[in-house]
Amino acid sequence: MYLTTVTKPTNADPVRGRVAGNVVALGAVSLITDISSEMVAAILPVFLFLNLHLSPAAFGAIDGLYTGATALLRLVGGYVADRTQQRKLVAGIGYGLSALMKPALLLAGRSAAAIGAVIAIDRAGKGLRTAPRDALITLSSAPESLGRAFGVHRAMDSTGAFLGPLLAMAVLALTAESFDAVFITSFCIAMFGVLVLVLFVRDHRDPLEDAPRVEFSQVRGMIASPAILRLLIASCILGLVTIGDGFVYLVLQGREDLGIAWFPLLSVGTMAVYMLLAVPLGALGDKIGLRTVMMGGYVALGLVYLLLVSPIHGIPSLVLAVILYGIFYAATNGVLIALAGPVIPAHLRTTGIALIQTGQALAYLVSSIAFGVAWGLWGPVAACKVSAGAVALAIAASLFLLRRTTEGLAA
Amino acid sequence: MIDRLSLRARMLIAAGGAALLVAAALAYVVVTRDGAKATPASDGAVVVDGPRMLVVSERKLATVSATDVSGPREVHDVDCVRSYVAGDTSVCLRPKDAWTHTLVTMNGQLKDAHEYQLPGVPSRARVSDSGRMVSWTTFVSGDSYTSSGMSTRTGVIDTTTGDYVPSIEHFSVTLDGKPYRAADVNYWGVSFADDDNTFYATLATGGQRYLVRGNFTAETVETLATNVECPSISPDGTRLAFKQAIDNDPLKGWRISVLELSTMKVTDLSETRSIDDQPAWLDDETVAYTFRATDGVPSVWSVPADGTGTPTKLADNAESPAPLAHG
Repeated sequence: MYLTTVTKPTNADPVRGRVAGNVVALGAVSLITDISSEMVAAILPVFLFLNLHLSPAAFGAIDGLYTGATALLRLVGGYVADRTQQRKLVAGIGYGLSALMKPALLLAGRSAAAIGAVIAIDRAGKGLRTAPRDALITLSSAPESLGRAFGVHRAMDSTGAFLGPLLAMAVLALTAESFDAVFITSFCIAMFGVLVLVLFVRDHRDPLEDAPRVEFSQVRGMIASPAILRLLIASCILGLVTIGDGFVYLVLQGREDLGIAWFPLLSVGTMAVYMLLAVPLGALGDKIGLRTVMMGGYVALGLVYLLLVSPIHGIPSLVLAVILYGIFYAATNGVLIALAGPVIPAHLRTTGIALIQTGQALAYLVSSIAFGVAWGLWGPVAACKVSAGAVALAIAASLFLLRRTTEGLAA
Repeated sequence: MIDRLSLRARMLIAAGGAALLVAAALAYVVVTRDGAKATPASDGAVVVDGPRMLVVSERKLATVSATDVSGPREVHDVDCVRSYVAGDTSVCLRPKDAWTHTLVTMNGQLKDAHEYQLPGVPSRARVSDSGRMVSWTTFVSGDSYTSSGMSTRTGVIDTTTGDYVPSIEHFSVTLDGKPYRAADVNYWGVSFADDDNTFYATLATGGQRYLVRGNFTAETVETLATNVECPSISPDGTRLAFKQAIDNDPLKGWRISVLELSTMKVTDLSETRSIDDQPAWLDDETVAYTFRATDGVPSVWSVPADGTGTPTKLADNAESPAPLAHG
């Protein structure tokens, strides 16, 4: 499975420069689903700890138990989607599971175990649907416009995340603060998302029917192929230098003595920049190379870490941090999959994407633990400097590992 | 099969589905709104005799008897989810809008004096016996519930100087006698001693929960013991009432216990149910606390502080107890 054998666009009508209808449909499903999930996410802490009086200590312990299981499920889901060539069905089960968990939260009562299970299944649904959805985007787009396709999808996705909390606020205002009404509304919206998926998203089975039935040995063979192995290693290395939103905002807040009311604006601002730049940066990737844009994103991440220890203070440092961090998201999140997609053989693509996403998720976990340890040993300033150095090393290593990836795409 | 439907047919189905789902959501919203109850009935201008407590009942501040569970209840028109009172200072932690909560300090007549914005969801509130030092704890979540990150934020207000410390996480930590620094340091459940500078609190880091003694002006804390949460100093300053996780595992629930500061000896009180609260001393011999039934309804109980006797129910449908001075 070398790059020369990368499949030609498999979509029925890929139009160069334009985004395929299937991608817009998938974007619409993500937008609707994100409205639904973010409206619940916005009220969940108040609901769990003030209305149900759950203890965060007990809840946190339960929550941790499920994390490993959902990572495994993502891989299994990817493999099943490839083996049955039913990406849409697997993604649909993921969307459906998450939708059903909204009313289930109401039925779980005050049992921490039951609520933990409901949230875990919700998260499992998210894990299950991500890889098949991204695989469908790659299969529906011409490789030369993949950057833009992912940009459109991610921009729609984050728009939904924006609207969710606003809608939750409106429902609470209309119902004299009824949390039940928020969960029910969220459920109805999620069901509409599933309906849009069923009606408007097309699976891409036709061109792949000649391909041999996917066996597990092929997955092993795929991982062993140098091009894919390099991508997997590079994405893990890059994941290892991503310390996570929590730490970035925590350091920012600590050094700027940020008022409590302003704190949430950091993540809102970052997401706004991400939403606005996802399409232009994706399109730029199609023009000058996705690898270049992605590396630019990690340069922005390195600059964020440097900013955290720089002499720049006050409003300029906050605005700059939010812009750079937003650029990082817009230049890396969808771009990585756009870069990886064509390298992975079409009939194994969901598994491949699931592998990369799981690898990165595990790398994030390791890096946040490592950053916590570095903070404890040397303090936040030194920990940020070390992280910035690590970003530079990771960029160099990735450029080396992916040096042939762009050549293959340009060919 | 769906692939064979025309775009027009699919649009029609989507529109029909959307109409159905919107109708369902709207119907639920309307029914919920009509079912929204009025404020709970107050006993009006009642006079509560004898020893009294300030509690939170149905999200309103109320004065109840500290000895008679069937006594009258004076419900004040003050919204609260957590409260405490000492000296001439009362505090209320209350929702400001759907997302934010505020801490309000009040004078003896329960009139708002100052308002402070809080991060996250209210958990604990305390006032030192003199009424000077106010402390609070909230739960702060990460950016999304899909990334599990729950932490606490604890702050202090000096009502005399007006100093507002929105977080004590920058205080220098001495852990088991050695300087200690970590990103995962969390504090909760503060209780100030009589000098209005020494305080006790819970410090959590590396999966362990410690009792710390702090010096507020010096911004330092030192660990004294493990598995001690939500300490509450006795009026005579010799003991701490606290909750301890059963077998050091919060999943198994908490026992209310008392620690003698001079000997560090721990006495389990006769309450055997799991109690997740910062206890409050009614006097030097009695500890009050909130018990939450499985259906979520709270009630206030008291128990002797020496491990003898049995728990006594003091108020139904009430939480967040604080003794009121006689007067």
